[in-house]
Amino acid sequence: MNTSSNQNSGRLRAEPAPGLHKYAVFTAICTFLLLVAGALVTSNDAGLSVPTWPLAWGSVTPPMVGGIVYEWSHRVIAASVGFLTIILAAWLWIAEKRPWMRWLGLAALGGVIAQGMLGGLTVRMFQPPAVSAAHATLAQLFFSTVVSIALFTSAWWQSSISELDDSRSPRIRALTIWTIAAVFLQLILGAAFRHKAFGIIPHLIGAVIVTILVFMTAGALKRRFSNVQPLRKCARFLHILIGVQLLLGASAWWSRVYAAPFPQPIAIMVTLTVVHTVTGALLLATTLITTLVSYRMLRPGHALVNSSSTPELLAR
Amino acid sequence: MKKSKWGMYSLAIGAFALAITGCGGKKEESSEAPAPAANAPAGKTVDSATAGEVSGSVKLDGAAPKAKSINMAAEPACSKGRTTPAVTEEVVTGDGGALANVVVYVKSGLDGYSFPAPTTPVKIEQQGCQYHPHVAGVQVGQAIQVVNDDQTTHNIHPIPKENREWNESQPPGASPIEKNFAREEIAIPVKCNVHPWMKAYMAVLGNPYFQVTEKDGKFDLKNLPPGTYTLVAWHELYGPSEQSVTVGPKETKTVTFTFKATPAAGD
Repeated sequence: MNTSSNQNSGRLRAEPAPGLHKYAVFTAICTFLLLVAGALVTSNDAGLSVPTWPLAWGSVTPPMVGGIVYEWSHRVIAASVGFLTIILAAWLWIAEKRPWMRWLGLAALGGVIAQGMLGGLTVRMFQPPAVSAAHATLAQLFFSTVVSIALFTSAWWQSSISELDDSRSPRIRALTIWTIAAVFLQLILGAAFRHKAFGIIPHLIGAVIVTILVFMTAGALKRRFSNVQPLRKCARFLHILIGVQLLLGASAWWSRVYAAPFPQPIAIMVTLTVVHTVTGALLLATTLITTLVSYRMLRPGHALVNSSSTPELLAR
Repeated sequence: MKKSKWGMYSLAIGAFALAITGCGGKKEESSEAPAPAANAPAGKTVDSATAGEVSGSVKLDGAAPKAKSINMAAEPACSKGRTTPAVTEEVVTGDGGALANVVVYVKSGLDGYSFPAPTTPVKIEQQGCQYHPHVAGVQVGQAIQVVNDDQTTHNIHPIPKENREWNESQPPGASPIEKNFAREEIAIPVKCNVHPWMKAYMAVLGNPYFQVTEKDGKFDLKNLPPGTYTLVAWHELYGPSEQSVTVGPKETKTVTFTFKATPAAGD
């Protein structure tokens, strides 16, 4: 068993800033709520209920009736997340010692601006499927960026962590990369399906691939590092989320078939579709965290790792 | 700690861009493309002395799918003033299977004739959060006047394939919205995104020989010059049905269209 401290690897470590970390977590939670609001707009077919953008007929207080409730709430939450992101980027720029973190803050700001622009385009261009799907996809990328900022600003990430050898094949680092790529592609396929760019088949094929990869990654983590708490937690969350997401996917599809004859979106279809969509975002965030934690803790090694021989990591 | 100026500049530009996108925006364009019919060179004119007529009816063979209830509970202003429960108008039939909301029109056979757009607008009303009529026929370039009689805001959003798409809101008491379509299109779906059950169709025709059937299923196309025509009956669920008909001078031809009933989804 080979372990080594990152302090010895010459990497620059910053002092943890608890306030910044808490703020980043808060921004990530608000971004998650924004994803819920966005999914509600799509599922209620309310995306064009306010034909003007960014304001509603020059006003910030439109009549909150019908689909306007969903569309305007989405815009207000989006603007709030935009301002939260400005503060986050500024805070990172001022307080962070790691240069790449300052640029990551700026990337988040750029992402939220681009996302706002895409939202405006989708309204002004009458929701072309490609633009709407791009808007839904960038939402996931932005969420991932904020989640990663929250992780990078945590005390755990900035503490000295002993690295572990992962010498078995396939390497967990490689598995996580394949898994996150598949989950992200699957979210694009889901968004494209919801925005009628194409049918359900690509999304179903994607579901099979994602399920296999998530089980492979979580299984490998569980088998090889069952005593390493952060990795064990990642594996547990991946297992729970993929199971829940598969059930939600099947339920959401059933609800769409059931709701098809109704003249308007019905509550069960809206609820299941929204929950399925945002659980997809949670799965992406969990896969991202798993990937980052794996890269932080694991090192491609040459010797077989016996996780039971790592007593010093049990308490972590 | 050394910080690059570029980073600070990017942050400032980003914040500024976000502020701009959150506070500005150009005014919605509302002008329509000019109707080609209005500028078309004068062609043959119809001689009323020899003109004939095609009349007939449209029927549905089989049981019509049941109309579905519309739940307007979330919007009290919609149900206010309604005397009957709101139901879908996808398939509306009268006595003996007579089929309403069918656009019957002359598709071909009128080459060389030109038909300027009528000056009278076609009126579409939003009453009780439904469109009246559910299916409207309009000539290329003819004005469509959309009126909101409800005490709630609607948006009118036609989704054409051949014409320019538009989407405009209409609060209670607002002036009518006037638009036209520049190209033939059978038929343009119209929806309200505020009230997702509100659906209608606008058929844009290149000549005045069209009619939308009422509950009696009857149509009557008058003042047709003698000739052989392709007559089409179009229904939103059952699609188009074509027949050829030859009309002699002062002749009246009778045509019957029969659509086979197919169960709607969920029936």
